[in-house]
Amino acid sequence: MQIPIEYYLILSAFMFSVGIVGVLTRRNAIVVFMSVELMLNSANLTLITFSSYLGDATGQLFVFFVMAVAAAEAAVGLAIIIAIFRNKLTVNIDEINILKW
Amino acid sequence: MIHLIYLTVLFPLFGFLFNGILGPKIKNEKVIGIIGSGTIGIAFIIAVGALFETLALPVDQRLTIITLFQWIDVAGLNIHFAYQVDQLSLVMSLVVTGVGFIIHVYSIGYMHGDKSFWRFFTYLNLFIFAMMNLILADNFLLLFLGWEGVGLCSYLLIGFWYDRKFEKSTTASAGLKAFIVNRIGDFGFLLGMFLIYSTFGSLIFTDVFSRALSFNVPEHIFTLIAIFLFIGATGKSAQIPLLVWLPDAMAGPTPVSALIHAATMVTAGVYMVARCSIIYASAPTAMMVVAVIGVFTAFFAATIGLVQNDIKKVLAYSTISQLGYMFLALGAGAFSAGIFHVMTHAFFKALLFLGAGSVIHSMHDVQDIRHYGGLKKYMPITYGTFLVAATAISGIPPLSGFFSKDEILWYSYANLGIVFWLIGVITALLTAFYMFRLYFLTFEGKEKFDSHKTHPHESPKLMTVPLIALGVLSAIGGFIGIPEIFSGDHGNLFHTWLAPVFKSAEIKLMNIGSHSHFEEILFMAISIVAGVAGIYYAWYAYLKKPAVADKTASRFKGAYNILLNKYFLDEAYEASVVNPIVKGSENILWKIADNRIIDGTINNLAKLVDNISGTIKKIQTGVAQSYALVMILGVLIALLWLIISYS
Amino acid sequence: MTLEIALFIIFAIVCVVSSVLMITRPNPVISALFLVLNFAGLAGLYLTLNAQFIAVAQVIVYAGAIMVFFLFVIMLLNPEKEKKFFKQKPKLKIFIVVIVALVLLQIVYMIFLSKPLNAINPEVARSVDAGTVETIGREMFTKYILPFEAAGYLLLAATIGALVLAKKKFE
Repeated sequence: MQIPIEYYLILSAFMFSVGIVGVLTRRNAIVVFMSVELMLNSANLTLITFSSYLGDATGQLFVFFVMAVAAAEAAVGLAIIIAIFRNKLTVNIDEINILKW
Repeated sequence: MIHLIYLTVLFPLFGFLFNGILGPKIKNEKVIGIIGSGTIGIAFIIAVGALFETLALPVDQRLTIITLFQWIDVAGLNIHFAYQVDQLSLVMSLVVTGVGFIIHVYSIGYMHGDKSFWRFFTYLNLFIFAMMNLILADNFLLLFLGWEGVGLCSYLLIGFWYDRKFEKSTTASAGLKAFIVNRIGDFGFLLGMFLIYSTFGSLIFTDVFSRALSFNVPEHIFTLIAIFLFIGATGKSAQIPLLVWLPDAMAGPTPVSALIHAATMVTAGVYMVARCSIIYASAPTAMMVVAVIGVFTAFFAATIGLVQNDIKKVLAYSTISQLGYMFLALGAGAFSAGIFHVMTHAFFKALLFLGAGSVIHSMHDVQDIRHYGGLKKYMPITYGTFLVAATAISGIPPLSGFFSKDEILWYSYANLGIVFWLIGVITALLTAFYMFRLYFLTFEGKEKFDSHKTHPHESPKLMTVPLIALGVLSAIGGFIGIPEIFSGDHGNLFHTWLAPVFKSAEIKLMNIGSHSHFEEILFMAISIVAGVAGIYYAWYAYLKKPAVADKTASRFKGAYNILLNKYFLDEAYEASVVNPIVKGSENILWKIADNRIIDGTINNLAKLVDNISGTIKKIQTGVAQSYALVMILGVLIALLWLIISYS
Repeated sequence: MTLEIALFIIFAIVCVVSSVLMITRPNPVISALFLVLNFAGLAGLYLTLNAQFIAVAQVIVYAGAIMVFFLFVIMLLNPEKEKKFFKQKPKLKIFIVVIVALVLLQIVYMIFLSKPLNAINPEVARSVDAGTVETIGREMFTKYILPFEAAGYLLLAATIGALVLAKKKFE
C-alpha cells in the first residue's frame, strides 16, 4: 500500500477520457461499443481501488454486478447492431440517422 | 298527493324518454299515443289529487315545498330541485296537465299517419315536463330551466315539419325566429335574476318575497328588476315589442299552436309576473309599464286580427291580444283576474285552435278562410264547439270569457283609469268582430271551395271528444269566478282561492278604489253591448251583405294594407335590427375580424412557428454521436460548476 | 522501488497504451485485440489491489466471454475499415480531444483537491481480506442475495432479447 490512491484514480480518469474520445470519434458502431466497455472498466477500476483502500468488499460486489450488466448490454447491443446491419447493410453510426426529424 | 307532485314532472319525462328512445322502434301509433297522453293524464290526476288535499288544509298552510335534491351549492348560492305547491302553481298545473291531456288525445287523431308520429309525442311530453318545472319551481333558476325548456320545445315543434314551406321561407326558419326573439327576452330575464340575487342574496321564491317586504330596498331597484323580468315575459308571451314570433309560430302543427302557443307556454310570462307580484307591487312605474304594454298589445293585435285571412293567423293575433289583456290585469294589480283569464283563455283558445285544426284537417291543409264557407252542415261538432268558443272569447255571458274579461276591464277602470278601460272595451268589440268574421266565413254562408275536389267531413272521435270536453270547460269554466256582486256571501271563489298568494302584494298596492256597484254593472253592460255589437257587425258585413266588407277594405286601402302587413312590424325589425346585424356581421365581424384579425393571427403564428422550427430542427441531426458530444459539453460545465462551488 | 510499484507502473503503461491504440486503430479486429490487452492489464491492476476474485472474473468474463462475442460479431458483419484516425474530419476530432482533455483536467484537479482522500487509512490485512472469494461469496449470498437474483433475471431477459432481435425475420 505504498502507492498513493491518486495514481489509480488518475489512471482510471485517463482511461475514461480515452473511452469518451472513442465514443465520440469512431464511425464503426462496434468500436463505439467497445469504447463504452472501456469506460465501464475504468469505472470498475475506481470502484476496486476504493474497495481495496477502505478494506470493504462492497465495491468489488458492485464491480461484479457491473460485469453482469455489461454482459447483458453487450448481448442486446450487438443483437441490435446485427438487426440494423440486416436492414441498412452498414454499421456506420453517421449513416444510421433515422432518429432525426 | 301533494307529496307526489314531483310525479307530475316525472311522468311526462318518462313519456319523453319512452317515446324518444323506443318510439322509432315501435312505430305503433296506438302505443305511442297511449304512452304520450297517458302519462299526462296521470299527471293531471295527481294534480287534481293535490288540489283536493290542499283544499282540505287550513288557508294559511296551503304552501308546501317538496325538495327532491340539492342542485347547486356554490359560494352562498344554494339551489335545490324543489317544487312549490301552492294555490297559484296548482291552478297553473291543472290547466297545463288538463288542457295538455285533452290536446294530447286530440293529437293522436290529428297526427295520424304522420311519418314522425313518435317525434311529435316525444316533443309534446318534453314540453309538458319543462312546463311543469316552470310552474312548480320554488326558485328562479328552476323556473328559468323550465322557461328555456319550453322555449326549446316551442322551437322544435314549430319546425316540426321542417321540410315544408311556410310563407316566404321554411318552418325551420319560423322556429328559428321564435327562438331568437325569445332569446332577447331571456336576456332580460337573466339580468333580472342576477339583480334579484345581488339584491336579496337568494333565488328561492319564499326567501326573495319575504325579503322584498322586509329589506329596505330603494324603489328604483324594484323597478329595474320588474322591468327586466317583464322583458323576459314580453318575449315568452309575445307582447310589444317582441310579438313578431307568435304569428310565425303557426307554422307548427295545429295541436302545437293550441297547446304551446295559446294555452300554456305563452302564459308563462303572465304566470311569472303574477308569481313576482310583490316585486311588481313595490314598483308602481313597472306596473304602469306592464299595463300600458298590455293594453296596447291587446289593441294592436286585435286590429291586425281584423284583416288576416289565414285561420291560424287570426287565432294567433287573437292570442296576442288576449295575452295583452292578461298583462293589463297584472298591471292593474288584479293578479288573480289575470290568472283567471289565463285559465279561461286556455280553455276557449285551445278549443278554437283545435276546431281550426279540425277544419284544416278536413279541408286538406287549406288555411285560407276565404276558401271555406258553409262548413256547418259537414262538421256539426266542430261547428258547435267553435261557436261556443267564439262566443266565449267575445265576452258574452254566461260563457267563461265573459267573467274573466269583464273582471279585467273592471279592474283596469277601477285601478288605472277610464282610458285603459276604453281601449279594453274597444278591443273587446274588435275581438268579437274578428272572431265572428272567422266563424261566419268558415261555417256559414256559401261554400267557396271546389266541392268536386274537396269533400269536408267531420273529424274522427279522437278529435271531436276533446273538442266537446273543451267546449264544456269553455262554457262553464267561468262559474268559479263569478264576481262578488252576483255571488253574494260566497264572494269570488277564484279570488278567495288565490288571495293568500297575492295578499302581501295587494296590501302594498292598497288602491282598490271605492266604486259603486252601479258603476260595475254599468260597465259590465257596456262591454256586453260591445261584444254583441261586434258580432252583429261581423254578421252584417260578412253574411248579410258581403259587399260591405270589400267596399270598406277598398275605401280604406291604406289602413287595410297596414293592418294586413301587421303594421310593417316585421319589415321594420328587418330594416332596423336584423339587417344591420347581418350586414355588420358579414362585413366587419366575418370579413375583417374573423378572416383578417383572428384567422390572420393564428395563421401567421403558425407560419412563424413553422419557420423557427424549420431552422432549429437542423440541430436534430439524428447522429447519436453529436448528441453525446453535447452531453460531454454539459459534463464539462457541470464539473466546472462543481469545482467553483467546491473551492 | 519495490515490486509493488514496479508492477503498477508496468500494468498502468499497458492499460494506457492499449486503450489509446484501441481507439485509434482503423481495423476493428485490432481494436478488439487491444481492448483484450487492456482488460488483461486491468486484471493485473486488480491483483495489485488485492482483488483476486475480480481479477479472475475480469479475465474470464470480459477478456474471455464478452470480447470473444465482440470478435464474433465483427467477423460476422465484416465491416469496412475506417480511415486513419486524423484523416477524417480532423478539426472535429481535435475539438473533441481538447474538450475531453479539459474534462480530464477537471477530474484530476478534483482528485487532488478532494480532502476526504487524505482521511483514508489503508490497512493491508483488511484489504487482502476484502478481496478473497470467501468474503465476496458470503456477502453476495447473504446481504446481496436479492440483487444477485435480479442480475440473473437480467441476463435471462438479455439472452431472450438478443435472440428475438437478432433472429431472421420470416415474412
